[in-house]
Amino acid sequence: MTRRDLTHFRLIKTVLHRRGPQFALTALALGGFVLAIVSGLAGTPVGSRNFGIVAVWIAWWAVLMLVAVPLFGRGWCSICPIPAPGDWLQRGALLQPATRGLGLGRRWPRATRNMWLQNAAFAVLALFSVVILTQPIVTAVVLLALLFLAVGASLIFERRAFCRYLCPVGGFVGLYSQLAPVELRVKDRAVCAADRQKSCYTGNAAGCGCPWLVYPGALEKNTYCGLCLECLRTCPHDNIAVNWRSVGADLLQPRGRRLDEAFKALIMLGSAIVYAAVMLGPWGTLKSAAYNIGSGTWLIYALGFLAFVFVVLPGAFLFTVHAGRKLARSAVPLRRAFVHFAYALIPLGLAAWVAFTLSFVFANLSYVWPVLSDPMGWGWDLVGTAGDSWTPYLTQVVPALQTGVLLGGLLWSGVTVRRIALEGRSQHPVFPLTLPVMAFCLVITLGLLGLLVG
Amino acid sequence: MQTSVIGRIALFGLPALVVLLAPTPSGSAEPSERIIRIEASSFAYKPALIAVAQGDHITIELVATDVVHGLHVDGYDLSVTADPGQTQRLTFVADRQGTFRIRCSVPCGPLHPFMIGKLKVGTNWLLWRAVALALLAAMAGVVGFRQ
Repeated sequence: MTRRDLTHFRLIKTVLHRRGPQFALTALALGGFVLAIVSGLAGTPVGSRNFGIVAVWIAWWAVLMLVAVPLFGRGWCSICPIPAPGDWLQRGALLQPATRGLGLGRRWPRATRNMWLQNAAFAVLALFSVVILTQPIVTAVVLLALLFLAVGASLIFERRAFCRYLCPVGGFVGLYSQLAPVELRVKDRAVCAADRQKSCYTGNAAGCGCPWLVYPGALEKNTYCGLCLECLRTCPHDNIAVNWRSVGADLLQPRGRRLDEAFKALIMLGSAIVYAAVMLGPWGTLKSAAYNIGSGTWLIYALGFLAFVFVVLPGAFLFTVHAGRKLARSAVPLRRAFVHFAYALIPLGLAAWVAFTLSFVFANLSYVWPVLSDPMGWGWDLVGTAGDSWTPYLTQVVPALQTGVLLGGLLWSGVTVRRIALEGRSQHPVFPLTLPVMAFCLVITLGLLGLLVG
Repeated sequence: MQTSVIGRIALFGLPALVVLLAPTPSGSAEPSERIIRIEASSFAYKPALIAVAQGDHITIELVATDVVHGLHVDGYDLSVTADPGQTQRLTFVADRQGTFRIRCSVPCGPLHPFMIGKLKVGTNWLLWRAVALALLAAMAGVVGFRQ
């Protein structure tokens, strides 16, 4: 597996070391974030004419799912505006390393040092997503709630507890960042082992200790590295690398696979299926049910959604894994096999979200131009684009792109299923073990193809 | 090792190429005149799924029953808008095979971006090719595309 340390390039190293460029991008994102909240609260209630809806759920979502996550993993987290104010308060500084900041600095409760709260937070947002995505004021309230939650977490707990344990977006970004061709790792673990200060974790005059509560010397996966680059600044031995690497390298790392992350993979895959059916399907009744919060039909939809992503899909996957074990006469415990094989669903899950996003974004991207001129929907025409009419883009190409992405995801998942099965080849034959899991991936792909291009 | 890779490419790549490049049969039935009435209301089209044959001369009669609605046909890039209670017509020849989304082209309320229907013209060969390729991809995964 080849890796190329991007910090060997002087320009890249300089840009990454300095706080200015990262701060500028975070400040820009924060400006957009605040404008999204203001326009949501005070602007037009027409979603397609409101900056909050268009900037967040079309522009930002497109950048996140089509560029940032596939190419840079947690690259977005490094400039995310949501934790920034709390982070600055906690550190008592904007650009400098930590001084005398605010906050109690408590440790996050041990029982929830995992992804389950993020799984629950995502599911809650997903339940209300049709309203959040279409009502500017609801989007504004959700963004405000996330901001208060992040600030509160920064003032009570140490470091970036919100990002690590609560953020509903950070959970799936972390999961899919395992596929990214970019990683932050140490160059030589022996150097870390010999170093007594562990400045990357404790901090020093050059920067903070890892805000994500990760010791870089032991980092093996992208999942919980927020690419904040503090360790790049604090390491006294210049032992931190930002590598360009093979895509999906983390999936082949058997250590550290966990049930909460396995469920995250299933929840995200299930949510992509439900979103494709509700938002991009032709069923008006389903859309109404998802929209009319509090009604009897919404309750049925909500229960159906939760049952599908938490019970039906994981149950079906558990059954296929069990069938594979039986066919292969494998002695690997069912829970262990379930957790390990669930990581093979990560490529297919990302492909499902990219395919969903392609359709949703290209159909609605032209709403961006009018809101640049008139973010509040008050009749302004700041840059002369207020009158631009809605035009769906690439409608002849998008179905083929979606098909290619889904097939690529299936192939990648298939290869990963086999690689994971090969990890225990001394204990079982590989072919029968993988057969049911591949059948599961195939059925999911065919279902998504039917929903998105059928 | 090299022979093995070439063998796998031959095993899965060649059938995949055949699936991708195989010509699609065009519809053999005589084109007909089709008039399809579509009611648009409450963020949904009725009927939401329309199936026609390739080459048919289609006239869509769009009736908006609550607020102003539009209808845009993806792939054909044709649009029509109807005021409440009025009928507007969109006439075209369904000469492109496949399944195409129809979308509301006029902001009509909160669920406007999700007001979607489908126009199916002949056989959706993209879907069938995709199904065949998915089977090949799954087999490649099981048999082992890479070591």
